[in-house]
Amino acid sequence: MPRFKASRKSTWVDMTAFVDVAFLILAFFMLATKFKPDEPVEINTPSSVSTQTVPEVDVLLVSIDKDGRVFFSIDNPEYRRAIIENLNSTRNLGLNESQIRNFLNAPSIGVPFSGLQSLLSLSVDQMSKYHQPGIPVNDSTGGELAFWVRDAIYMAAAKKQKLNLMIKGDNATKYPAFRGVLKAFKMQDQNKFLIVTSAEEPPVGSPLYEKRLTETRR
Amino acid sequence: MADIDVSDGGGHKKGPGVKKSKKKNARVDLTAMVDLGFLLITFFIFTTTLQQPMAMQLLLPKDTDRPEEQNKTKETGAFTILLGADDRVYYYEYMDPTAMQVTTFGKIRDLIIDKKRRTPKDDLVLILKPSDDATFKNTVDIVDEMTINDISRFAMVDITPEEYEIMKSKANLPVQE
Repeated sequence: MPRFKASRKSTWVDMTAFVDVAFLILAFFMLATKFKPDEPVEINTPSSVSTQTVPEVDVLLVSIDKDGRVFFSIDNPEYRRAIIENLNSTRNLGLNESQIRNFLNAPSIGVPFSGLQSLLSLSVDQMSKYHQPGIPVNDSTGGELAFWVRDAIYMAAAKKQKLNLMIKGDNATKYPAFRGVLKAFKMQDQNKFLIVTSAEEPPVGSPLYEKRLTETRR
Repeated sequence: MADIDVSDGGGHKKGPGVKKSKKKNARVDLTAMVDLGFLLITFFIFTTTLQQPMAMQLLLPKDTDRPEEQNKTKETGAFTILLGADDRVYYYEYMDPTAMQVTTFGKIRDLIIDKKRRTPKDDLVLILKPSDDATFKNTVDIVDEMTINDISRFAMVDITPEEYEIMKSKANLPVQE
């Protein structure tokens, strides 16, 4: 009786190529990546056909979330210090040194002046979990945001810098909140803004589409 | 086979008593390395923002109460677009709010192009009036529409109470084809 002998194949797989590919993709992502900035709220921006890239330095960003809460942030730490010290004295916020230092590390501020003290008493980790009600804005005076904007522009002007004023809104943000933010800027005679949007192709057949087509042909 | 034969072919080449140095298998188990690689890939995929945000320029006119500083618009060249609730778009020509009509974002482009064709280039002014019911997306979309249709003169103005009333009265009308 012939004995059936199952040929035992080795389960060993050569993974060298697999590793090569994996690390190639890994290298791509490491180089292409740009970490998502730390934001207190998630904002889904609308899209536009604009091709202008967002500036990365000297940015004053006002974010509006879908409920109309307004957040203020500015990237340059020098300005942050000057702004908070100036606001502290002009608005009688009563912040102490550690709270001011905490502001320098805060990602963005979304509380009225009255709530600033309790917000800045928290650590940065706690701050991101803290429910911020938003900076008050107002149609006729621009609300408290106007003070933030005024100080920021003033500090930049003192250093002969021009800030990039950016507004970032959610798709579902109602217009009144946006109008209030615009008003706060207009109060300081600022009429030029950048609105943060995601990219979109111009519709086929539209004048812009034709224009871009002829530009690329040239 | 494919493996290097490491077995001793019998017979002591180096003579009896000489111990043969044992050849180790050159293959390394790469499973753990692959695991780690893909773990890092997933991490980078989740943290990455591949799509760069774009900035849309928005220039607003200065608020002014003095009439001599305000830009004059010719009535025939004016085309007012109002943004209402539920993504509805209202429009009228010639500064006549009573002639307000309802449309959608999909159709407003044809209306703008039509108006642009009918009007001398220097007279054309589009007036955008988002109401309190409009969303930020609506506002960005309509400003974007100006870029798409190559409209150089447009203004974003607040809606008047009269216009808002007319808009409300037409809020339930079906969209015209």
